[in-house]
Amino acid sequence: MLDLLSGFVVQLRNAGLPVSLTETIDAMQAVKHIPVEDREAFKYALAATLVKNEQHWKAFETVFEVYFSLRGPEYNVFDEDGEIDEDSLEEWMSQQMRGMGGQGSAEDMSPEEIAEMLFRALMNADEAMMAAMARAAVTQFAGMEPGRPVGGTYYLYRTLRNLDLDGMLERLMEEAQERSQDDMTPLQERLEREEYENRIEDLKREIEAEIRRRLVADRGVEAMAKTLRKPLPEDVDFMHASREDMVNIRKAIQPLTRKLAARLARKRKHKRRGPLDFRATVRQSLSYGGVPAEPRFRNPRPNKPELVVIADISGSVAAFARFTLHLVYALQNQFSKVRSFVFIDGIDEVTHLFQNEEDITNAVHRVNTEADVVWVDGHSDYGHAFGVFWEKYGSEINSKSTVMFLGDARNNYHSTNAWVVKETAKKARSVFWLNPEPKSYWDTGDSVITEYATHADGVFECRNLRQLEGFVDHLA
Amino acid sequence: MGDTMFGDLASTRDGLRDVGYLADDGIASVVYLAEKLGKPVLIEGPAGTGKTELAKSVAAMTDARLIRLQCYEGLDEAKALYEWNYKKQLLRIQADRGSDANNEEWVDIQDDIFNDEFLLTRPLLEAITAEEKVVLLIDEVDRVEVETEALLLEILSEYQVSIPELGTIEATQIPLVFLTSNNTRELSEALKRRCLFLHIDYPQLEREKEIVLTKVEGISENLAEQIARIVRSIRQIELKKSPSVSETLDWARTLVLLGVESIDVEQAKESLNILLKYQSDIEKTAKELTVEA
Repeated sequence: MLDLLSGFVVQLRNAGLPVSLTETIDAMQAVKHIPVEDREAFKYALAATLVKNEQHWKAFETVFEVYFSLRGPEYNVFDEDGEIDEDSLEEWMSQQMRGMGGQGSAEDMSPEEIAEMLFRALMNADEAMMAAMARAAVTQFAGMEPGRPVGGTYYLYRTLRNLDLDGMLERLMEEAQERSQDDMTPLQERLEREEYENRIEDLKREIEAEIRRRLVADRGVEAMAKTLRKPLPEDVDFMHASREDMVNIRKAIQPLTRKLAARLARKRKHKRRGPLDFRATVRQSLSYGGVPAEPRFRNPRPNKPELVVIADISGSVAAFARFTLHLVYALQNQFSKVRSFVFIDGIDEVTHLFQNEEDITNAVHRVNTEADVVWVDGHSDYGHAFGVFWEKYGSEINSKSTVMFLGDARNNYHSTNAWVVKETAKKARSVFWLNPEPKSYWDTGDSVITEYATHADGVFECRNLRQLEGFVDHLA
Repeated sequence: MGDTMFGDLASTRDGLRDVGYLADDGIASVVYLAEKLGKPVLIEGPAGTGKTELAKSVAAMTDARLIRLQCYEGLDEAKALYEWNYKKQLLRIQADRGSDANNEEWVDIQDDIFNDEFLLTRPLLEAITAEEKVVLLIDEVDRVEVETEALLLEILSEYQVSIPELGTIEATQIPLVFLTSNNTRELSEALKRRCLFLHIDYPQLEREKEIVLTKVEGISENLAEQIARIVRSIRQIELKKSPSVSETLDWARTLVLLGVESIDVEQAKESLNILLKYQSDIEKTAKELTVEA
């Protein structure tokens, strides 16, 4: 058990999860109290002791499934598929077959038979049956060959294509229509559909797990753990974030902006005293016979930070811009005063678009359609955009403002107008620049980040949540 | 303690069920382990999914006293751990002056005024010194500042409190500790390392239905099923604040009071304001529920 667990921890660490030594020891203590044959409880015991961040759960689950999928027989802990072991499954299958009038094992079933049985399993939410059919479907359709160097997604695709689950959903809906005597109201129909969609999702997961199990059997745990490894949510590059990643990122941005707001506001709160209050000091000195023994201070002025965000939304940072807009939107909810500007080669203020819009997707859409950011050709021109910014809004920057530039500083070889950043830095409390490009790309090609960077208080590489968090922490 | 409180996994789950808390596999395992290993549990998850309720239920199940420390920004030692009752101490000193025992040494007085009698226990110390069984609930721990978090570390790992004047007070029995967090900020690694971690999410359809059935009196199975399904459907829409379990329950109670047997779109739309708290969310959901078909 010791070896088994430490091997598992190594795999978790490889996947990027921070697992400490004490946590490993806790895990070993924990599994002692869990009946080994209870796979679910075993999993939760490990998760509770080893994974301390909900966002890491998915990564943990993948590693767990891969690592323990085949450990069963060897350690006599689990069956291959968790519940049903091979023999009884065969038996059960053949019983089912006899019931249908067919004969033989799952391998001999025709595609139509599989589809039919799947349909019935989905209709009745019969989990055991669904699992069995997932196995049969994989055997039939995936065409898996040992040692063939293709990923699991390929097999998954092949299996699903043959099953035609969309058609299945329609059939299920028709059947449900027939079953209910009256016509279904739209609401009922929606709910029914979601129920079946859910079951089909379950089935897909089951198929995926089945393919994974077979791949692990073929290639070994280490190799599989490596291929299935995905970056943790905080390491996902904004530039290459998938839809699903974006949802996670958006969730994580909220607390970060709150933190940022707190950091910017706090700076002076810690200093208990304001400047010397001369009048009060003189008044106080009377009680000491005119000796100002006890100086008096004014109460500190509460610090209301003002934020000015200037974001590049041109094509070269399109993916980052999506994130940027979310960040700006989240910031707008945290700060009393935020002004947001977006630019490509022209610049436009978009504060009002965010303010009156409850829904972030709408807001982003409006920014992309309504903001007037194209001046000549819609290629980044930082110089011109900054020039216009200074002319129009420069006078509004004051000692309370914190200015954040978001962009890759790829200027298409236009003039940089770096003096704008310099002048801004003179007037503003602080100026930061967040760059979505890896540091090694800075100042290559048409990137002119250093010209701007010299005037800013800090320039940060900001490609993933971890780095963004680093930036926020830096402000403290 | 130990085996007397929790037999095994299954009985933990049944015990929770008896006090009206429907635990899923994950919740039951972690509670069971917490007791076996004597470790605190850190519970995270969206608001209104029964984090605080779990601690209360465990207290009810084990017949333990629930001691609750509500965290907030600015919480300090004096509010969380202990405080010297300095007024009483002053009185004590003055009383001493009044008497003729002027020759009494300062050391004696000092010994005198720094003892249990003048100590005001606050929740954490109280949980440690309690004679009877105790469940300690540290609610919304993410609200305190990072610096204050450190206060908790000694208690959570050693179950002891160090008071400079008195020395270290150790727990007579290990209390079950639950910390809840709404995840408004990352908790420190040191804190996380000392705890078992439990994430409670919105429940699965089946479990939510069961929760509605147990918690709402006089509800029919059919209605509960519908409610659970509609709520699941609403949670899939992108909203500012998804309906939580407690809001589902409120909604179910309202529908029962209204004498509704089966929900149609109109009724659902009219009572959405119970389920959702933002006007924009309500509008969006109402639109989704009607248009979709």
